[in-house]
Amino acid sequence: MSLSVDIRKRLGSFSLDVSFEVADGREILALLGPSGCGKSLTLKCIAGVLAPDEGRIVLNGRTLFDSEARVNLPPQRRRVGYLFQQYALFPNMTVAGNIGAGAVGASREERARRVAEQVRAFRLEGLERLRPAQLSGGQQQRVALARILAGDPELILLDEPFSALDGHLRWELEMMLADVLRAFPGGAVYVSHNRDEVYRLCDTVCVVDRGRSEEKLTIAQLFSTPTTLAAALISGCKNVSRLDSWPGASCQVDNRPGANCQGGVLACRDWGVSLTTSLPVPPNVTHAGLRAHYLRVFADPANAAGLPNQIPCTVERVIDSTFSTIVMLATPGGALLRYECEKDAWAPLAGARELVVTADPSIVMPLVGGEADA
Amino acid sequence: MDWYPLINSLRIAAVATVVVFFAGVWLANLVARAPRAVKGVLDVVLTLPLVLPPTVVGYLLLILLGPRRPLGALAAELLDVRLTMVWYAAVFATVVVSFPLMYRTARGAFESFDETLADAARTLGHSERWVFWRVKMPCCAQGIVAGAVLAFARALGEYGATSMLCGYTPGSTATVATTVYQLWRTGDDAGALTWVLVNLAISAVVLLALNWFEAYGRGAGTARARRTVAR
Repeated sequence: MSLSVDIRKRLGSFSLDVSFEVADGREILALLGPSGCGKSLTLKCIAGVLAPDEGRIVLNGRTLFDSEARVNLPPQRRRVGYLFQQYALFPNMTVAGNIGAGAVGASREERARRVAEQVRAFRLEGLERLRPAQLSGGQQQRVALARILAGDPELILLDEPFSALDGHLRWELEMMLADVLRAFPGGAVYVSHNRDEVYRLCDTVCVVDRGRSEEKLTIAQLFSTPTTLAAALISGCKNVSRLDSWPGASCQVDNRPGANCQGGVLACRDWGVSLTTSLPVPPNVTHAGLRAHYLRVFADPANAAGLPNQIPCTVERVIDSTFSTIVMLATPGGALLRYECEKDAWAPLAGARELVVTADPSIVMPLVGGEADA
Repeated sequence: MDWYPLINSLRIAAVATVVVFFAGVWLANLVARAPRAVKGVLDVVLTLPLVLPPTVVGYLLLILLGPRRPLGALAAELLDVRLTMVWYAAVFATVVVSFPLMYRTARGAFESFDETLADAARTLGHSERWVFWRVKMPCCAQGIVAGAVLAFARALGEYGATSMLCGYTPGSTATVATTVYQLWRTGDDAGALTWVLVNLAISAVVLLALNWFEAYGRGAGTARARRTVAR
């Protein structure tokens, strides 16, 4: 086991309660959630910059924090590399000085060797004598990573590494970061609110919703079948509806009450329709979700005949977006449904007032919302 | 012409600035990180000499350091030294009066310091001492040096508390400021004017140095920014 975190902390009215494990030594785990959900706070607790109120943090068998055993290692002894959002390079030191500052306790020769090694690895040749203020954002990030790796940490924490960069710079850096993380022998925790970055860079993901961490998922699970409302929203699901009530609490599978039902009919209050799903329905289901891209629309109801989950809609608004057309559709329940397709696919339907939307039972996602979502 | 007052003034100001520098930096760093309630109280106490009339400071110091007062008597008893009416008595006066200038400037610099730099250094494995001397102090250097220059200038110009603690003894406790007053009082207008000109010259040099230092710091910054843009 590489990293195990189970901590709680109160800060004013905000309360943090997260627990997750980075099981495999090379796993890259994403903490995904909107800003202010407690992701960065969690990283600070792992690095030892902040102390949780209670709980345990164990890294490769070493206890970093344990409120019961009264263990709280100082950040200096945790061997955790932390890539700060704004990189936190020392402005009074050169590039070489910053990287060398990562090699704590090394002899002069050893430090010079490690600096040279990192300068080569991060293609910083020629920049050694410059100061951070003279570097571009991307160069600063490379120096910060080089500084962390010069210290040979057991774990890397990354706090929104691309938020300080312009869009066009991100892509090249993202590819470099992917290489760095793949080559790094330890685990990594990657904090982000950007689902695309997480999809490309990480192996597993833990959605953090208002200070609470949800069950760890593989990246594929998060995007194909999220099971919570927070996970569905952060993974880009645009359409969710509350359910009237779920009679399936009595659903029994293998005589186990409280188990998930294999499919069922969800009465979607906001859309005014009942939709059949073929996905497992948990007993405490509260919402249904539909991805905007997976819906099908028909101008002529005859073409939709026989298809399950028909929703008669009126076109409310058509928005021409960068590479797609977004159509806002009024459902029988009054709530708007968002449908998204290629511009070419919309062309034959343009001008239609009434449409029939269908959703295959395999894309009707039963979701569990938090108490505040009910 | 007897240059003793000038030498004495520079000597007092220099010693006072060294004391104020370390005390100011230490206390500013302490207060900048203190909880809010403690901060409020300490801040008032440490800034008080800035707004008190120097004569009040002098009076309070005499209560402490006078020959028949607790500290004064103790020093006479143990070390056989006087704490008033000697040249170094002026150091006590100037330290107290110039301290707030050093303290407040340094505190401002420390408060604008980005603590994530310190956190970054800690996660890399560096000690608190390293963080302070290698990162925090260099990052705050401009504010701290500006504070020291201001404190030095104030120490040079100190009159009220100094004259109460040291009086005016030519060749012993005379400073530029007390000499100007003494010469004017005894009707030596030409002598007074000479020392006024000396004082003006020193103050101008100190303030020019301060401005140059600030402009240099800013200039270096903009030059850097320009190079970055050009890249």
